[in-house]
Amino acid sequence: MTTLTVSRRNFLKAISVAGGGLMLGFRLPTGEEGPAPELFEPNAFLRITPDGIVTVIYGRAEMGQGSSTAVPMMVAEELEADWKLVRIEQADAHPTKYGSMSTGGSTSVRNFWTELRKAGATAKAMLIAAAAQAWAVEPASCRAQNGIVTHPSGKRLKYGELASAAGKLPVPENVPLKDRKDFTIIGKRMPRFDIPPKVHAETRYCSDMTLPGMVISSIERCPTVGGSLKSFDASKAKALPGVKDVVATDSGVAVIADSTWAAFRGREALTVSWDEGPWAGQTSEAIWRAFEQRSLESGTVNKQTGDTLAALQSAERIIEATYTVPFVAHATMEPMVCIADVRAHGCEVWAPTQSPQEAQKRAAKALDLPVEKVTVHVLMSGSAFGRRLESDFVEDAVRVSKAVGKPAKIVWTRSDDMKHDWFRPATYNVLKGGFDRSGNVLAWTHRIVGPNSRGLVVGGSTPPYDFPNLLVDFHLIDTGVRLGAWRSVGPSQNAFVIESFIDELAHAAGKDPFEFRRHHMSTSPRLKKAMEFVAEKSGWGKKLPPGSGRGIAAVESFGSAAAQVAEVSVTAEAVTIHRIVTALDCGPYVNPDTIEAQVEGAVGMALGAAMKDQITIKEGRVVQSNFDDYRLFTIKDLPECEVHIMETDNPVGGIGEPPLPPATPALCNAIFAASGVRIRKLPFNPAKIR
Amino acid sequence: MASLTFFVNGTRRVVEVDPDTPLLWVLRETLALTGTKYSCGQGLCGSCTVHIDGEPIRSCVTTAAFAADKQITTIEGLAKDTSHPVLKAWIHEQVPQCGYCQPGQIMQAAALLTKNSKPTDADIDSWMADNLCRCGTYRRIRKAIHAAAEGGAK
Repeated sequence: MTTLTVSRRNFLKAISVAGGGLMLGFRLPTGEEGPAPELFEPNAFLRITPDGIVTVIYGRAEMGQGSSTAVPMMVAEELEADWKLVRIEQADAHPTKYGSMSTGGSTSVRNFWTELRKAGATAKAMLIAAAAQAWAVEPASCRAQNGIVTHPSGKRLKYGELASAAGKLPVPENVPLKDRKDFTIIGKRMPRFDIPPKVHAETRYCSDMTLPGMVISSIERCPTVGGSLKSFDASKAKALPGVKDVVATDSGVAVIADSTWAAFRGREALTVSWDEGPWAGQTSEAIWRAFEQRSLESGTVNKQTGDTLAALQSAERIIEATYTVPFVAHATMEPMVCIADVRAHGCEVWAPTQSPQEAQKRAAKALDLPVEKVTVHVLMSGSAFGRRLESDFVEDAVRVSKAVGKPAKIVWTRSDDMKHDWFRPATYNVLKGGFDRSGNVLAWTHRIVGPNSRGLVVGGSTPPYDFPNLLVDFHLIDTGVRLGAWRSVGPSQNAFVIESFIDELAHAAGKDPFEFRRHHMSTSPRLKKAMEFVAEKSGWGKKLPPGSGRGIAAVESFGSAAAQVAEVSVTAEAVTIHRIVTALDCGPYVNPDTIEAQVEGAVGMALGAAMKDQITIKEGRVVQSNFDDYRLFTIKDLPECEVHIMETDNPVGGIGEPPLPPATPALCNAIFAASGVRIRKLPFNPAKIR
Repeated sequence: MASLTFFVNGTRRVVEVDPDTPLLWVLRETLALTGTKYSCGQGLCGSCTVHIDGEPIRSCVTTAAFAADKQITTIEGLAKDTSHPVLKAWIHEQVPQCGYCQPGQIMQAAALLTKNSKPTDADIDSWMADNLCRCGTYRRIRKAIHAAAEGGAK
């Protein structure tokens, strides 16, 4: 029961906890504007129970990016908790209780940098107040550290012992926060909570779960987008041991079995006829042709400054180039999977999801139920990279469970996952740059032609440079290819184009690429500093042996500034990548160990997309199906990675995505410096660049 | 269907399975040992790696028939002793991110150290090359293998 004074200004309130203890509800920013709600609604919770355990109840998902440790670190720091007693609890989906639960945009830590610490500091103040009251002393004379409140007289009480009393006290406003120099947890390499269970094979992923009476299902889907089921023959499938039934659903033809292997085999024994729909004849060649043709026309303006036409006419020299970036797949290590248990009046879902509220809505819609009747439990993801923002696999599970009247686990094969992904868009880019006699860029035009998703195609297309005349325009064309957010989204492809083309301009103007960028970076001071830092750390300008080269790239995205230098050598045709040096300004940083790991992973992902395989379309279908025709970065491919986390007073920024965009252009710029070969088309074969 | 005997992590188990069933699914679903993961189903990624008679194999392309009557070690078997140098190194070096490929990585690494107690970077890369990690934990995998080697791997 909650009996609290309501305050529109409070960002915290205390909630009584059955069994005693202190529970604070606090409000993390939702990014929404507008008048404060009548009734204060917290969207994250901090619970301290009489046993001393401190639990942060949080809506965002752990998917390998380490937020499940970083978030409690921020609370525990200000709370002065005993770190050994700190836990995080993943909240189930709720339309409002936890604010926006969408995990993406590299926001799980940075969006809540202040509020999480405030919550910890407020709880600490209340625990001190409770102790002071118990001892009849002034709160200022008490000290809280490591989960214990002490008094110079020798009195001491643990947080667990104080929690219930603290829960009855008024919630103070505006408690002070620590100075960064006093941090003992934030900024330290704290071991992650989720790592030991992962190493000991205790972590339960969705496919590891079973429920009583559960069936396992594998779905044969239409290979083309927009097609529909005509007919199917399940007689051979149903005759296989372990196959219980075969049912048509809106997701496709679902084989229902008592084991995953039987479900997979059942699918192979199906004969299915599809009306392949409007995209049946689509090919990659047709897509590129359409992009190329449309690029000849003026597009919709995304960003415009000055008069590029006039400026180009007065330029000393003009450079033009065309860049192409392919469709790429998420290829998460854990293929899509979901469990649903649909009952008469409600539904329970277990999903590795980045969008639990969207999953809840879509499940409710599929079942024609109110959202409150759907429970979505968020599970650990076997990586996500934006793939699990979609809810197609949730709909699958809900549809099958409803059809069979039993709990159902839907398991996608790797081929399903590869072919029915939501891909990073392919784009066709035409650029023109003109500079004057002194090498000042007068004008920059960039036309992007891509598939029909403005945000995904155009995001990150504004260069960070102070060009006096700028025009970025675009065309969007329907392609029949499903599109989705891929780690670092628009910047992941647009930074390759921008940072490569500025490099081309620099070389054409006879300038050092670092100095050239620096000269044009007056409007991006934060990024400029990061670039200067990486230039220094990488020894930019120091002599390299013949056949070797350095390339630089700088990108601001998701709140952080990231600059990278790549060092390569090129012999005859092949590239060897020696190292990638990263400078990351993410403002205050929480766990540097996690940040380094994320940088290494981002670099690997970028370089894999640049040098391995792409997604192609033939007869309306995705051609690739597994890791033999869509190869991933391996341990042999990873170059030496040097990570420098900058110490700055800049606002807190993200870390999961920002280190990805600069990697590919830094690499390609290094290849140019080493060999004179300019890479304008991805993916390229590093064994044969000429 | 046939009655097959498996020796899994030192325990004898007799199960009724189709002999053609990949060992991966016998482990995960018949024997409820879910530590070994499905990722590609074609022996291309290493997530399903277990040991048969001490050798690393890809259980998704190894039949139950082949594995019968042999000594099988899964990640659960290795993790019975949490002081195993590879497991300790993996935690000390904070290797996993999402963790999904890691049981396979650990099993592959553990097998390496039974054959080569002081592998070089080149040895490691060559041995681990077919164990894919989408999160990119490779540098830490190398470091952890070196650390486990120094710690005296079994």
